[in-house]
Amino acid sequence: MSAPKVLTPTESSTQLKWFAAIVVIAYAAISLIPIAWIFMTAFKGTATAISYPPAVFFDPSLEGFVNLFTTRSRQSAEYLAQLPPPETWWEEIVRQNDQVIAGPSPFFGRFLNSVIIGFGSTFIAIVLGTMAAYAFSRFKIPLADDLLFFILSTRMMPPVAVAIPIFLMYRELGLSDTHAGMIILYTAVNISLAVWLLKGFIDEIPREYEEAAMVDGYTRFQAFRKVVLPQAATGIAATTIFCLILAWNEYAFALLLTTNRAETAPPFIPNIIGDGGLDWAAVSAGASLFLLPVLIFTLFLRKHLLRGITFGAVRK
Amino acid sequence: MPDTSTEVIGQAPAATTNAPKGGMVKRVRGLSDRAIAWIFVTPTILLLLAINIYPLIWTVYLSFTNYRANRPNREIEWVGTRNYERILSDEGVWENLQRTAHFVTFTMLFQVLLGFGLALLLHKRFKGHGLWTTLILLPMMLSPAVVGMYWKYLFDPQIGIFNYLINGIWDFGTFSMTSEVGLAPWAIIIVDTWMWTPYIMLLCLAGLRSVPDYLYEAAEIDRASTWRKFWNITLPMVLPFLMLAVMFRAIENFKMFDLVFELTSGGPGNTTRLASIDLKELAFDRWQTGRSSALAIILFVTVFGAMNVFVKLMNRVKAR
Repeated sequence: MSAPKVLTPTESSTQLKWFAAIVVIAYAAISLIPIAWIFMTAFKGTATAISYPPAVFFDPSLEGFVNLFTTRSRQSAEYLAQLPPPETWWEEIVRQNDQVIAGPSPFFGRFLNSVIIGFGSTFIAIVLGTMAAYAFSRFKIPLADDLLFFILSTRMMPPVAVAIPIFLMYRELGLSDTHAGMIILYTAVNISLAVWLLKGFIDEIPREYEEAAMVDGYTRFQAFRKVVLPQAATGIAATTIFCLILAWNEYAFALLLTTNRAETAPPFIPNIIGDGGLDWAAVSAGASLFLLPVLIFTLFLRKHLLRGITFGAVRK
Repeated sequence: MPDTSTEVIGQAPAATTNAPKGGMVKRVRGLSDRAIAWIFVTPTILLLLAINIYPLIWTVYLSFTNYRANRPNREIEWVGTRNYERILSDEGVWENLQRTAHFVTFTMLFQVLLGFGLALLLHKRFKGHGLWTTLILLPMMLSPAVVGMYWKYLFDPQIGIFNYLINGIWDFGTFSMTSEVGLAPWAIIIVDTWMWTPYIMLLCLAGLRSVPDYLYEAAEIDRASTWRKFWNITLPMVLPFLMLAVMFRAIENFKMFDLVFELTSGGPGNTTRLASIDLKELAFDRWQTGRSSALAIILFVTVFGAMNVFVKLMNRVKAR
């Protein structure tokens, strides 16, 4: 890397880079069509969303978002005529379809539940998972391989099957349909992924680092905190994103175990009914809004994610 | 290495005024390694025992009874292995398992080819590769239930965009991916591959970045061919990460529920009825909790056995 213009063995030629870029961008473009379509449909309005053939150009409307956040009732023309003129832009949109707003929809509450449960469980899973992964990576734990497989095996039961025993257990403990109950459940679901992924990343960090730090007077715990954690940042960032995505989007447990207080958004969004079938504009608006927190979080951690595991250069 | 002595003084002034060195120190200050190992592992194990193993034992118990969750007051009767016998002699169950195996095999195959290929290309580090990596990750950030429902909309022969795009390339006429018997099993494979290829890609990328440069430098001195470098350096280094990714996706797809349930609900006919969809119907539509528990245990044992073999294979690859 010292001599400019001469390729090091890990650098690629310009033609190869062009080829790689073209193929990757082509794949990305194709795979992004459905996502672009979701964002577009969110602004289409209920009628345009089911137009035939599908509309690519349209007048943007916020009807989908209004429908997402409200419940409405249909009224007769006479009733609508005697009402005072609409006061807000959203009432105006609703009136155009001969409807009046009946009240807020549960979406906002569901969304808030998702934030509390998704981020809460991810945080706990990462903290516990990092600790366990470090212990498995560095210490001689009796039956370590069996314990690791045990941790993994907890992921193999279909949620549909464990839902009933968990429901019965939670009812006894007073945890059913509570935030705490769902956070504990999602933490348990995610922790196996966290331990296995993080162990892979921590295995890559040379032990010599901590040993040197401990010779310098660090305790084992200080070495873990000040030497290992910063080195494992990339792996922790990647694992956090995976865990958050799984917890944020979990569907089966939310559908079967929560009814109201702690219900998250995933069971709600695909079932927003409009007139005669799904309200695709509202579904798209909900899906778009629901994607944003995870997307922002990922962009936030992007630097860590893409900095790469740079131990290569310093590894023994 | 940072200069540590000053920090240590700040934290534990009594013991380290003269920054003692040597192995002895470890035992004198702080917790022993054994204590830390226990403190670090115990919370995870306890949590999993409570939330996973306890329900598992309960499920095993229920699988030997005629319990029905919608009639909690009825007396629970022990029926022995009858639930298991009925399930294993039911041809429909075997067909569902075959369908599940088909789904897992093809989704894994496509996702490994696409994901590993994309990771290799992204590793060329062309300008803007970071942005494209993030964009490619987008599909897996969506909720599987939403994805399933949404692709139903995209696949719709009238109002969906999928058929228009396909017919723009080659005119296939009118067809419906989700309601034709021959196409529906591939529809769920396409959607799952679309959604989860980025997952495999990202872990492969992590693997590629962990390959130390000096290995390639050494290979360069030996004038190894590109193919040999790939075969002898890149692949062995990436394989543990790739296998880890495949293992997690395979487990998830064995119990695949949300995406397929919203996309096809198992239809048309039974063509996309995967094991978990069967399970949901038994447990929550017909309320035969005893039988559904037996089916769940059979599924669990199958995945457990398959993954046991896979993990042994993975450890052997790692050890090499």
